[in-house]
Amino acid sequence: MKREIISLQDVTFTYATDDSNVRPALNNVSYTIYESQWVAIVGHNGSGKSTLARLMNGLLFPQTGTVRVFGETLNEQNLWETRSQMGMVFQNPDNQFVGATVQDDVAFALENNGIPFEEMVERVEASLAKVNMSEFMNSEPHHLSGGQKQRVAIAGAIALKPKILLLDEATSMLDPQGREEVLATVRQLKEETDLTVISITHDLEEALLADRVIMMNQGEKYVEGTPEEIFQKGQELVDLGLDLPFAMNISRLLRAQGIPLVADHMSEEELVNDLWTSHFNK
Amino acid sequence: MDITLQQVSYAYAKNTPFEKRALFDVDLHIASGSYQAIIGHTGSGKSTILQHLNALLKPTDGSINIGDVEVKADKKNKQLREVRQKVGIVFQFPEHQLFDETVLKDIMFGPMNFGVPEVEAKRRAIELTQLLGLPEEVLEKSPFDLSGGQMRRVAIAGVLAMNPKVLVLDEPTAGLDPRGRKEIMDLFYTLHKEKGLTTVLVTHSMEDAARYADQIAIMHNGKCVLEGTPQEIFAHEERLTEFRLELPQSVRFQKKIEQMIGKKLPTICLTEESLAEELAQLIKKEREE
Amino acid sequence: MLEKMIFGRYIPGDSFIHRLDARAKLIFVFLFIAIVFIANNWITYGVLVVFTFLIIRMSKIRLYFLINGLKPVVILIIFTFLLHLIFTREGDVIYHWKFITIYEEGLRQGIFISIRFFVLVILTSILTLTTTPISITDALETLLNPLKKWKLPVHELALMMSISLRFIPTLMDETDKIMKAQMARGSDMTTGSLKERMNAIVPLLIPLFVSAFKRAEDLATAMEVRGYKGGEGRTRYRKLEWELRDTITMFSLVVLAGVLVFLRQ
Repeated sequence: MKREIISLQDVTFTYATDDSNVRPALNNVSYTIYESQWVAIVGHNGSGKSTLARLMNGLLFPQTGTVRVFGETLNEQNLWETRSQMGMVFQNPDNQFVGATVQDDVAFALENNGIPFEEMVERVEASLAKVNMSEFMNSEPHHLSGGQKQRVAIAGAIALKPKILLLDEATSMLDPQGREEVLATVRQLKEETDLTVISITHDLEEALLADRVIMMNQGEKYVEGTPEEIFQKGQELVDLGLDLPFAMNISRLLRAQGIPLVADHMSEEELVNDLWTSHFNK
Repeated sequence: MDITLQQVSYAYAKNTPFEKRALFDVDLHIASGSYQAIIGHTGSGKSTILQHLNALLKPTDGSINIGDVEVKADKKNKQLREVRQKVGIVFQFPEHQLFDETVLKDIMFGPMNFGVPEVEAKRRAIELTQLLGLPEEVLEKSPFDLSGGQMRRVAIAGVLAMNPKVLVLDEPTAGLDPRGRKEIMDLFYTLHKEKGLTTVLVTHSMEDAARYADQIAIMHNGKCVLEGTPQEIFAHEERLTEFRLELPQSVRFQKKIEQMIGKKLPTICLTEESLAEELAQLIKKEREE
Repeated sequence: MLEKMIFGRYIPGDSFIHRLDARAKLIFVFLFIAIVFIANNWITYGVLVVFTFLIIRMSKIRLYFLINGLKPVVILIIFTFLLHLIFTREGDVIYHWKFITIYEEGLRQGIFISIRFFVLVILTSILTLTTTPISITDALETLLNPLKKWKLPVHELALMMSISLRFIPTLMDETDKIMKAQMARGSDMTTGSLKERMNAIVPLLIPLFVSAFKRAEDLATAMEVRGYKGGEGRTRYRKLEWELRDTITMFSLVVLAGVLVFLRQ
């Protein structure tokens, strides 16, 4: 059994503490994330997924229930220690760029944590290399694309060598190219290290990369499972405002046209193979 | 209303050390009533073109005809307001332009600037909130109290309220979730058809361009490098790769299948629906044989 | 419109001046301001002009950029020139027309003051054109560090300054974007009466403020998440290094001052 990294138990959170008519942002949510997993938390806008991000690193505390990080209940005392173990990347590429240049920004968290100068220089270089941004070391943020800024933010997050990387809709404001860059970077990091990745997203492609998916709806955990298990729910997901993988849409449309298939396929390869064996290869 | 760009060039910060050319000799004709997509990567010049379409920017060289108004570098235009009323632009993240006390006032801002009487502006605002699927009670709320998706819709209503003849859309669905994206795009398409609008969609999304547009122009490094119907554009994969662009997902899949079975489907399938239909027909035909 | 502003912007380069320590450049400019006042005759002002041109050459910045940067202050220079020209009443009368009388001393003073202005503006422009804002901030922070003893929040001020500088281009883009969005909705900020124009600014200012506050909030969160708790226990990534060339530059000022004192009347 893998080590537990983050665990939420019966967490309820509301922004409107004085108004009981307002639906709480989160209602009785429980889940556990284990070491070196990649977990995607998905849901439509307003499903409560961003509130989860804020609870997991102590920007907010739940009204009821507990949030445990590394086995300890998150509180004011262990907050800073926890944060130094958790790199976080936010949605808006511009609003999280603190430094005047790329290298200053990557160094920011290191400076805050009192890392000695020589080590800082090494870590900044190494982190930028990991996200393939070394050549932009001296660039100013307004000369970078959204995808590049997000990669810098990732470099800044991993420079502290955290155990967890938390991506809070980190790709939702990017163009397809930027999204591709960022996801490729995360995938590569995941292969090279045993980082635990939590990505909060409504992007389907991002969810497919994960080992596990937690689906949120209206402030409640709707379902949890592997991407395969989740996407088998088909129409249910569409009704909840999410997309299905392309191959799955085609499978469903083909069936509607009266073409039998073995299953609603998740990947294009499976669909191509199925079509070949059952319909063309005769 | 036709829009014609002739040899349009544009440079930012002209005559300063920071001068940056963004457009080079762009020719483009957008026919009245057509749905034109402009595709390109960030920095390809597509946002610069967009700002020319209602004379927010004037070309540093060349000319643009918007309806019967000609816009040129050295020409003072008195009819710019007229142009701006007829060409509505929904900018990227349009919710950033909201400012008024109430949603109603914000939607009425545009039309009233152009001299539409208050009663009429109000009527339009109410009609549009319904059309955009917003509950009626938002009209009296502050736009800043709404959710992100609602703010987006209010901002769009604010542009539609001017009753433009041409609707220019700059990545109108950026940042929305899949359902929101589809709803908004379908709405624009319905408006395009019902009101006979000329629609210009500036986008990164090959899928959206394939699904909605009649004409596609591809921008690359400030030049318009490819132009044609979706069928024409997506028949040339090698040209697209040259500009670091991909085929829409359905066309990509179609190619995969075609390669596998060694046969071509009769048309290029621009949407998932048409792909499934063509495939199903082919399979049924195979069965009969 | 906004993009044409040059004053205060950094132009990357690798000249001798570019490579100087920002502290050296700051001290240089401050001392230079004092030294300029030593000059009091044609020769000493001549020396100042020559010295300034030497520095322009060494910075490898095109004269054209500097002149462009001077534009905002040209009116000020002309104004002070005229003021001295008209109101100084010493020396021989060199021109007389109706109620305007120009004296020789007036002309002299006018020219001197203009030169003074001119060299000061040029040198400060060179400082900002050759030094990244972040280095200037760092230099200020180090130079002001002793003031911490008197409870001056030097670190916070420097951070504030560097963040503001960092967000200037972002906010300028944003202003441009919102302005265009409102113009597209028929708002007109360039024509009409003063009152109309003031009214037209509201739709620009409110979104700008809303977005600036949103950005500030996001930024504060991002900083907190990255472990920012104030200046205590922080290390610094930026190190300023004082080298021989900086000492030499300081020395050149001493020489300049010496020459001026020697040549002045």
